[in-house]
Amino acid sequence: MRQTIPLFITFFIGILLIIAVFIPPFGELGETFTLFFDIMAVFAFFLGGGNLLRVHINKLRNKKPDWPYSIVTLSGFGLMLAAGLFKINNPGDIAAAVDTAGSLFYFMFHAAMVPLGSTMYSLLAFFVASASYRAFRAKNREATLLLIAAFIILLGRTPFGMYISGWIPDEVSLFQIPNLAVWIMNSPNLAGQRAIMIGIGLGVISMSLRLILGIERSYLGGDK
Amino acid sequence: MENLGVIISLIIIFGGLAWLFWRSVQGREVERRIIFVFIFVAVAAPILFPITFEEKATPVVKSLFDKIESLPEKSKVLISFDYDPAMQPEVQPMANALSRHCLEKGHTVVFMCLWATGQSLLTATLESVIKPEFPELVDGTDYISVGYKAGNEGVLNVIVSDFIRMFPTDINGTPLDSTVIFQDIKSCADFDLILAVGGGRPGPKEWVLFVGDPAKVPIGVGVAAVVAPQLYPYYPRQVVGILGGVKGAAEYETELAAAHPRFDEVDKPGLRMMGPQTLAHMVIMAFIVIGNIAMFRARRKAE
Repeated sequence: MRQTIPLFITFFIGILLIIAVFIPPFGELGETFTLFFDIMAVFAFFLGGGNLLRVHINKLRNKKPDWPYSIVTLSGFGLMLAAGLFKINNPGDIAAAVDTAGSLFYFMFHAAMVPLGSTMYSLLAFFVASASYRAFRAKNREATLLLIAAFIILLGRTPFGMYISGWIPDEVSLFQIPNLAVWIMNSPNLAGQRAIMIGIGLGVISMSLRLILGIERSYLGGDK
Repeated sequence: MENLGVIISLIIIFGGLAWLFWRSVQGREVERRIIFVFIFVAVAAPILFPITFEEKATPVVKSLFDKIESLPEKSKVLISFDYDPAMQPEVQPMANALSRHCLEKGHTVVFMCLWATGQSLLTATLESVIKPEFPELVDGTDYISVGYKAGNEGVLNVIVSDFIRMFPTDINGTPLDSTVIFQDIKSCADFDLILAVGGGRPGPKEWVLFVGDPAKVPIGVGVAAVVAPQLYPYYPRQVVGILGGVKGAAEYETELAAAHPRFDEVDKPGLRMMGPQTLAHMVIMAFIVIGNIAMFRARRKAE
């Protein structure tokens, strides 16, 4: 029974949504189900917040490794939640947007979250440089091709690409490095990307059918 | 003074690279820490002593610019801010430039976001770009922000056929059906152009799949550089143009300033960031060369 009911729901909803796509009178049904999904998505925030609290409170209680960081996480969570929920310092009324300019939420978002997020992302530059040094080596024919493509793309993403190749006449402008970089993106890259996308598409269709028909049951938990 | 700073920085960087080049000829590898120091100097120097370069729009950027330029006045454009603070330095310049362009051309703009973090970044654009640069425009008549709604692709699935069903009010709680803008807009099919700025999921790709194709609305995208290759399969039929990374933003800012000289004086973060990006790319390329020389020399020695 614990398996039959979820299997039946999956089968019924799956078939219904397929019908909704292909038979116009049922079109509204797909929209309604999407609204149900959106309402459930909102509850995911409660689930996420609750889980975050549970994990970090446990970590603090048991003094697990790196527990002081949990204090930072919980303080940040509590402060942002209070600032948004109670609209602290919000110049608008209760109906105003949570992040109205001038509110504590807006200030904290731009004073803490934006610089922290940007800093984390910018660290990638260091690892990309180190990885490029180690990975782009002309060890064989394929690696050499990759190396040449990387060189053109890197140069094409800087103004030097145009400085170096700007003298090439417009009739053969494809050979100007920025245009060559676009060509690499627009032809060889495109071919590869399309192949991957078509593969993923076919995979999604077959996986969906397996789920709807009850062949794939791993989402129910357990091995059976 | 600035020029002196630039010259000293370039001497340090390229002098150091020449030294590493000489070491590589002897078959010696470069330590990771040294690479990190070079990248740090290459990025920091052009920020402290700004270097600017001229840009020329590539066809993928130009086609989006031309699309907005060619739309008749009062066309309805939707701009979606689907990103977080990590992506913000790369894509916010695009979002700002696209917003400027649309409003300058007299289009009616609806702002929204599919990412919770996008709403504050959207508010920043409204406060720092739109209100100061277009004080004559009226919120609710010339532009409107409907903010964020949870549900990712689910949101797109609904607004493609009924916008107000998903967004009954704007961010200030004003019912959308009482605003001037939404008298003519029932669904996404009523927009003349949709601009999706972002890079993650949901993002530009989902806009193409769930809205652009079913509603037959042209989509323009601005994305982080790492995501741009994934959007090329949709260009030019499903996506009218792609702004990829800082370079895409810089190219767009250049085109915008050339076509509308009043934007020549405004801040152009895309162009500003091209200095650090250019120097960092040059250093990475130098390290690739150094790495290959070191490898060949070491291989020869081993033989």
